[in-house]
Amino acid sequence: MITELTVKQMAAALAAGEFSAEEAVAAHLQRIETLDAKLNAYITVTAEQALAAARASDARRARGENLSPLDGVPMALKDIICTDGVATTCASRMLEHYLPPYNATCWQRLADAGAVLLGKLNMDEFAMGSSTETSAFGVTRNPHDRERVPGGSSGGSAAAVAADMAVYALGTDTGGSVRQPAHFCGVVGIKPTYGRISRFGVVPYASSLDQVGILAKDCWDAAAVLETIAGQDKMDSTSAPAAVGPYAAACAEDIRGLRIGLVKEFISDAIAPPIRQALQAAAEKLAGLGAEVEEVSLPHSSYALPAYYILATAEASSNLARYDGVRYGLRAEADNLHEMIVATRSLGFGAEVKRRIMLGTYALSSGYYDAYYNKTLQVRTLIKQDYDEVFQAGFSCLLTPTAPTTAFRLGELCDDPLTMYMQDICTVPVNLAGLPALVVPVGQQEGLPIGLQLIGCSFGEEALFAVGTKLECARIRPALA
Amino acid sequence: MSERRIISRDDAEHVARLAHLRFTEAEMTDCMEKLGSILEYMQELQKIDTTGVAPTTHVLPLTNVFRADEPGETLPRERALANAPAREGGSFKVPRII
Repeated sequence: MITELTVKQMAAALAAGEFSAEEAVAAHLQRIETLDAKLNAYITVTAEQALAAARASDARRARGENLSPLDGVPMALKDIICTDGVATTCASRMLEHYLPPYNATCWQRLADAGAVLLGKLNMDEFAMGSSTETSAFGVTRNPHDRERVPGGSSGGSAAAVAADMAVYALGTDTGGSVRQPAHFCGVVGIKPTYGRISRFGVVPYASSLDQVGILAKDCWDAAAVLETIAGQDKMDSTSAPAAVGPYAAACAEDIRGLRIGLVKEFISDAIAPPIRQALQAAAEKLAGLGAEVEEVSLPHSSYALPAYYILATAEASSNLARYDGVRYGLRAEADNLHEMIVATRSLGFGAEVKRRIMLGTYALSSGYYDAYYNKTLQVRTLIKQDYDEVFQAGFSCLLTPTAPTTAFRLGELCDDPLTMYMQDICTVPVNLAGLPALVVPVGQQEGLPIGLQLIGCSFGEEALFAVGTKLECARIRPALA
Repeated sequence: MSERRIISRDDAEHVARLAHLRFTEAEMTDCMEKLGSILEYMQELQKIDTTGVAPTTHVLPLTNVFRADEPGETLPRERALANAPAREGGSFKVPRII
């Protein structure tokens, strides 16, 4: 079936003339039409534009042009990535009718490579959540069990790829928002090094932590997409000048002799037994392939979660100050400016977004700034130093759980934000340290996928793809009626 | 959970004013309760001695990123104004300020 193919397989089939890009897009639109009423992964489906873009790709191929493997391959974007003239809502009432006047750089680079956009994907409102339940447009369901969450905040992206409603998707990851959904939905997810991919045109949540990520059916696909979108961008002064890739070629690299660390602090009773067992099995597999697997310690790990929630919310309270009803987005009518701003924000933001703005504003407010915000910036240094020391000692990557459990039930953690935040315990340190991390599916427990996380050194994505390719299991396809 | 109130009602109202947010009575009660438990958890950070540790505001060793000061394309005014809830001429229009 066309919709089951990976990027690599589809590129080969398109090149061989087995079917056209238009047929590939039509097959995906048909699948979205059939399945998405049950899953709610898409906020917007751009059917007409997708078919037109596919026909343009077919025309390029007919002219014999030299095409990217992504040319004509249907994909989708988390609805936080700006698309010129296509609604970009951030799953919020605040931006329900917002039509960006430009493309995000990451999407522009894909479009330039011939990628075909199927639509925009559901997420937690403004990327604030770990379950896609805070979306103003309804929860996305996990394709493996529709009574469970797909993870978050890029839950729509993970669910769409898992259910073959897109060949790959982009998400964003501030504290685990690409990796935890990849784990819950049984797909590959990469959060590259901070600065690896331009953030221009990506609606900001916490600017020192945000990074665009990729959800794909296997490591090679994720690597090929990263190679296309990574690199410096004059529109984002925090995009890094470091050389890009080659990532796809790295998938075939031998891992013999690589030193891989098992982080002692991430193997505790807080992690569900099936996940610890999967971790042990993965370590043995890598050792069997000639890697040197050793225990390492990151002593400040337990401070990462509170540090993350202070920094992320502080940056969010500042970033979200822009939603004032003046230039774009929702406006609540009122007879003076101040009242209009307060009414707009109170109406437009959901409960979790308001909670995080309150938390961040508190941490930055006079009298608490030193105790919370400044203190946390110092703790961030200590957390980053733990990682620096391990990588300087010669480790290529670290193997860890992605989250404490497999996908949890809808509503299970909704009323308990602190326990919901605990979902991010293995993923947030990576954002604080600005490092790359790759999640690959390795198996399942009672029908629910398990993905493990590989953390690399700064700009060390190649090692992640080399090791990830050896670890990833055959695709776990959900049984969808 | 401790009986100690981390965030007082006055604090919460002050922060809501700073953030330009308004809450109903029920929302405020719920928000204070949840913020209290989150802030209590964050007290954990106070246990670490960070004397003499430099703060990290940014993970990349980038400073003073400059590019050539050359005129380029900018967003045309019509496109910049296209999402405005209200406009007049070439400007965003807002209700009276005082």
